Amino acid sequence: MSDTATHAVNVTQGDRPDRGLRLSSEEICLTAEDLKLFYGEDQALKGLDIQIPKNRITAFIGPSGCGKSTFLRCFNRMNDLIDAARIEGTIRLDGENIYDKAVDVPELRRRVGMVFQKPNPFPKSIYENVAYGLRLQGVNNRRRLNEVVEKSLKRAALWDEVKDRLHENAFGLSGGQQQRLVIARAIAIDPEVLLLDEPCSALDPLATLKIEELMIELKKDYTLVIVTHNMQQAARVSDYTAFMYMGELIEYADTDTLFTSPAKKQTEDYITGRFG
Amino acid sequence: MNRWFKSGTPWIWLNAGAVAASLVMVFGLILMIAVNGLSFFWPSEVIEFEYQTEQDAEPRRVMGELQRSETMTAQAMRDAGFTVPEGQDIVVRHLIKRGNRDLDSRDFQWYLDDFMSEWERPRDAVVLERLQWGDFYGYIREYQEDGETVAEGREARTAFEERMPKTRELVQQIQHIERIEIGRVNFELERLRIAQRGVERATDLSPEERDQRREELDAERAELDARYAELEAERNALRDELARFAIVLETADGQHATIPLSRIVNAWWPNDMSVPAKLRHYVVAFWDFMTGYPREANTEGGILPAIFGTVLMVILMSIVVTPFGVLAAIYLREYAKQGPLVRTIRISVNNLAGVPSIVFGVFGLGFFVYLIGGNIDQIFFRDALPSPTFGSPAIIWASLTLALLTLPVVIVSTEEGLTRIGASIRHGSLALGATKAETLWRLIVPLSAPAMMTGLILAVARAAGEVAPLMLVGVVKLAPTLPLDGNFPYLHLDRAFMHLGFHIFDVGFQSPNVEAGRPLVYATALVLVMLIIVLNLTAISIRNHLREKYRADSD
Repeated sequence: MSDTATHAVNVTQGDRPDRGLRLSSEEICLTAEDLKLFYGEDQALKGLDIQIPKNRITAFIGPSGCGKSTFLRCFNRMNDLIDAARIEGTIRLDGENIYDKAVDVPELRRRVGMVFQKPNPFPKSIYENVAYGLRLQGVNNRRRLNEVVEKSLKRAALWDEVKDRLHENAFGLSGGQQQRLVIARAIAIDPEVLLLDEPCSALDPLATLKIEELMIELKKDYTLVIVTHNMQQAARVSDYTAFMYMGELIEYADTDTLFTSPAKKQTEDYITGRFG
Repeated sequence: MNRWFKSGTPWIWLNAGAVAASLVMVFGLILMIAVNGLSFFWPSEVIEFEYQTEQDAEPRRVMGELQRSETMTAQAMRDAGFTVPEGQDIVVRHLIKRGNRDLDSRDFQWYLDDFMSEWERPRDAVVLERLQWGDFYGYIREYQEDGETVAEGREARTAFEERMPKTRELVQQIQHIERIEIGRVNFELERLRIAQRGVERATDLSPEERDQRREELDAERAELDARYAELEAERNALRDELARFAIVLETADGQHATIPLSRIVNAWWPNDMSVPAKLRHYVVAFWDFMTGYPREANTEGGILPAIFGTVLMVILMSIVVTPFGVLAAIYLREYAKQGPLVRTIRISVNNLAGVPSIVFGVFGLGFFVYLIGGNIDQIFFRDALPSPTFGSPAIIWASLTLALLTLPVVIVSTEEGLTRIGASIRHGSLALGATKAETLWRLIVPLSAPAMMTGLILAVARAAGEVAPLMLVGVVKLAPTLPLDGNFPYLHLDRAFMHLGFHIFDVGFQSPNVEAGRPLVYATALVLVMLIIVLNLTAISIRNHLREKYRADSD
């Protein structure tokens, strides 16, 4: 197993530039170096290395329990909330180690936004949901709030549907709308990276399509990292795809390469549906 | 049969039966209290009859209100010393409220139906509610002014009726002067007395300064004394004015009584009233009951101080218990590391709810009143010692004791509310760059506000009905002053107060006149129940408003 892992790392380091990964032309936003995560005695992530390019969509795919969500949560230190989790290694955001002691975690999470699997709007009005992050930063100027709320909702392609009921409870929205609201809430504070943890798994196909269109639209301004179960989705939206299995990064390549001519047998087995 | 059991039908019947039984009990209770309490204010008709038992040489005329009737066995009545004709097995007896406590010794008397003549309902029979000696039943014969009879018979009644509103007004003026104005002067005088003692005791004053202060205080006192004399003169003038008028009445058995108008609170001719007039009387009587001060060892007059004391105490308790309980719950649920220690604390808090309330009373007396209150007196109110300021039972200690008593309820329901807010919302907030404290105060606490209100509702319901501990830490039979008045600092937390629950106990079981107190017990109980309902409804509507605001489900 560890053999394959080393191999995968080599791939990410540009060992085979002709096959798959052409990161040299990209500006790198996030870098993980030898990242290990333990839940008590169990090791969930076994030394991962990855480089995530700026203004691109990078997808993590893999079977359930392979650690892709856990890995994603490392990028904004959400795993800190789990008492038993222990992390080794480094993640760099614009060259800065986010696991450094001096890092202000709330500030990091402001820069690295996150959208969860199940839409989790706050039980407040639509307006207050979007304004929440700004209010946290002490913005109370009504005009500025109005501006940002409108802009964020427009960017999240939700404005037209909710502009007449901004002050109604967010739970009145449909699941897809709620998920777009959560995205609007995340981009209202203008993060650099947006982490999406299976954002469409609770949605119907139409809502899924809308979110996917939105993601492609959003990558102009943000770096997106998405965890998905759905290989078609990864193929449709992402620029780069990483395949993970049992806490290891098996293969990382640009999406076309990974899906058309995977370098690893395991990857091929997974994407052709032989296991997982 | 077996199939019937399996179908689950018996269970449904059992459950529905339990609900029905609870409903019947609750409504039955309220209905009984309401009927007994509310009928008291209705001007029931006055009956007059002749009564002659076998021992009596000649009949006596009796007038009064029928309170209730009972059917008894003849033997029981014979054992009780009544003469019942032989051969009769059952007797009916009537309890008549005769009033006239100053003339006859007993104002409530049982009469056997067999010895009664036909009941008459004289139209000109009058009922007087008096400041002393209870009600009077009789006929108005004369109307006097300055001791001279100016009207008789029918005209006397008219003259009296014309004069009554003015009389009531004067009585109210006198009460205002006594209660508010003279009360204020007395309050100031007491303040001066304490200041004076402070001056005598102070060690940092030179003799000259001391003399100067003394002079200042004397001057102030002289001013107040003058004011007092002025008010007294004013009051006496009003009293003299009142004393000029009187009516002469005749009772059913022919006794005469002269009653000055100043002693009369209200007068009515129940047999001569139309239903609307009776209704008006009813409303006025009920209003007087709600807004009046108690008289005659609490068996007459109103219950305003008790209502006031109850409400104020509950409000003070809520102000203390809510923040305290909420903060404790937040710490236990959000910050404390869940482990054996927190579990122990939680069990202890729950058990605290099961401690008998009188134990809290004893604790409140020992800890709040004697220890804390005593020390406050030692430090801040030295000049007033040995008479205690905070070192005696007072509304603040009663509120704090009840806050302690209801703390578990608030903690438990707040904790439940906090638990119910799921991780996904918390993570959503944290992922937006909120710190834990920001998430708590901006999101979690507002969202669990309905749960906190639920705790407060339960706390209020419990506190408003609690009597036992209050008897030790602040409630008195009769409080001369309300804990809130026009004298600085307006809210007097160091004063003892009256409470509806204790009032019920006092009127019902401590009063010398059981029959007179009985309807008041019901009326007071009704007011207490209504008060708790109103307090609860207020809290519930606030909670529902909050719930609507932070609706957490899409349903």
